[in-house]
Amino acid sequence: MSQKSFVWLCLLPLAVVTTAFFLLPMARLVVVGAEGPHGLAGYLAILAESRYRATLINTVLLAAATTIVTLIVATIAGMFLQRHRFPGRAVLIALLTFPLAFPGVVVGFMIILLAGRQGLIGDLSNRVFGEKFVFAYSIYGLFLGYLYFSIPRVILTIMAAVQKLDVGLEEAARSLGASPWAVQRDVVLPALAPAFVASGAIAFATAMGAFGTAFTLATNIDVLPMLIYTEFTLAANFATSAALSVGLGLITWLILALARSFSGSAVAAAG
Amino acid sequence: MNVAGHGASVRIESCGKTFADGTRALDPATLDIARGETLVLLGPSGCGKTTMLRIIAGLELPDAGGKVLFDGKDVTSVPIERRNVGMVFQSYALFPNMTVAENIGYGLKIRGVARNERSARVAELVALTNISGLENRRIDQLSGGQRQRVALARAVAIRPGILLLDEPLTALDAALRDRLRSELNRLLRALGITTIYVTHDQAEAMELGDRIVVMRKGAIAQIGTLRDVYFAPKDRFVAEFIGAANIVEAPMEGGDLVLPGGRLPVSGETSVAKAIAMIRPETIRVVEPGRGPLSGIIDTVSFVGDRQRLVVSGASTRPLNVDAPNTIQARAGDRIGLSIAAEAVRVLPSED
Repeated sequence: MSQKSFVWLCLLPLAVVTTAFFLLPMARLVVVGAEGPHGLAGYLAILAESRYRATLINTVLLAAATTIVTLIVATIAGMFLQRHRFPGRAVLIALLTFPLAFPGVVVGFMIILLAGRQGLIGDLSNRVFGEKFVFAYSIYGLFLGYLYFSIPRVILTIMAAVQKLDVGLEEAARSLGASPWAVQRDVVLPALAPAFVASGAIAFATAMGAFGTAFTLATNIDVLPMLIYTEFTLAANFATSAALSVGLGLITWLILALARSFSGSAVAAAG
Repeated sequence: MNVAGHGASVRIESCGKTFADGTRALDPATLDIARGETLVLLGPSGCGKTTMLRIIAGLELPDAGGKVLFDGKDVTSVPIERRNVGMVFQSYALFPNMTVAENIGYGLKIRGVARNERSARVAELVALTNISGLENRRIDQLSGGQRQRVALARAVAIRPGILLLDEPLTALDAALRDRLRSELNRLLRALGITTIYVTHDQAEAMELGDRIVVMRKGAIAQIGTLRDVYFAPKDRFVAEFIGAANIVEAPMEGGDLVLPGGRLPVSGETSVAKAIAMIRPETIRVVEPGRGPLSGIIDTVSFVGDRQRLVVSGASTRPLNVDAPNTIQARAGDRIGLSIAAEAVRVLPSED
């Protein structure tokens, strides 16, 4: 057996698995998307029909907002945690990264406990203002949930990036007269840019596709994964849900590809 | 070309440094640096030299009671960004997101210097540091020597009163280091800025320093001119750290060191019963056997071009290093005489 055919043989299991569990279902999905009453035009419908389009825009906006807020919160927290040593730091980091261990359902449950009809915020506002403040079952609750499980991932990435920052760079900028703000603007943030892109892309992809949290909170939140679910299970609209799935995949993939081209190959697939 | 900065004088007054975890990095030290002088802080790693530099820079605060004065003004609580010091780091710390020209011009940009004036100043420094043609390169496209030059240009672009260099040549290979050392020397003389230079390399200290501060374990071991430190080291540590030295421990008798190979006259301090003395290898002359106060047998001969290094045993308590002219014939096993001027034998204070 030649060296070359040996390598091919080693790649065979990968090829089989890829074909069986990835390429075939993907191809089938794409085909199903075009098998509705409108044929290929079914794909156009996800953009043309206002309900679908609104959901699409909603989802992208939600994911974008999650990404931006997560980046801001996690960058500040990550920098602080990496640069300061204080008692309880290890515990705090463990606490902050704890949500990594939770599936979306549990996150959704926690949002309900916080901001649901029997939630903590509702109870408090009831006592203070005489009115129950409930937002768990809306897109705001979902936003909160996504923040909750995006922040830990981003914090960890930022902390790793901050650790690799050369403190000398900041000292050099200061020696040249840069104020603390100028140091952040001209030195620290540019140096962290690859980490922002990498972790931001993961946060975005997660917020685009996460289903468990949305499903736990309510079935009438207008985000793509929920729409796909209702079209598929309730309306049995196979073609549209397939088309929406392909659309969701394409948009997310595109964002990840863009991010990857900016930051090298630091972007891992999101969970 | 107006590149000269206005050198400031520096005084540090009983500046010590104890870190948060309780380690003492620097014992309280007082030091005066004249305007335009180049002072070298020399010592092995962990001797406190970098801590002292960082206190002068404003990157570390001295322990309570310590004071830093520039031109007589107390700047102890002034942060580095308002001290107007130029600093060159061992890692160079060049901004990777900026070009060479942007790096050099950064301090001017922060100071709000207009673009025209800025680019004129950058061009001036590019010429001065011999990096023409690299202005638009990214930092990762530069060699080590080029980075070193950019770091220096960036530090002096702001016309600092004081230039601080933290082992600026350590990251380079030996040949480049030698070349850049003399280039740096020329530049520092041309700029006339008060310069404080940290290094563990005594060759750099010798070439660049007007004065040397030898440091050890967080304390100043000796301050002096190159000649002082070389010929009149205060203690054994300084003697061994600067240049090559034979350290001889032997009893004294009637003003002579009593050695296995003979009695060696010593000038100066002769009242002690047992002395530790330093003899530089180049002060020992090789003479005919039987002449000269000492005799010994050549162990090894290493020919190093401009001279030859002999190791002679039997003359002292330990083998002596002798730098002999490259013209004499010396072979291992030869018996030789050694002659040393009394002034060249320096008795050091005994150690506690």
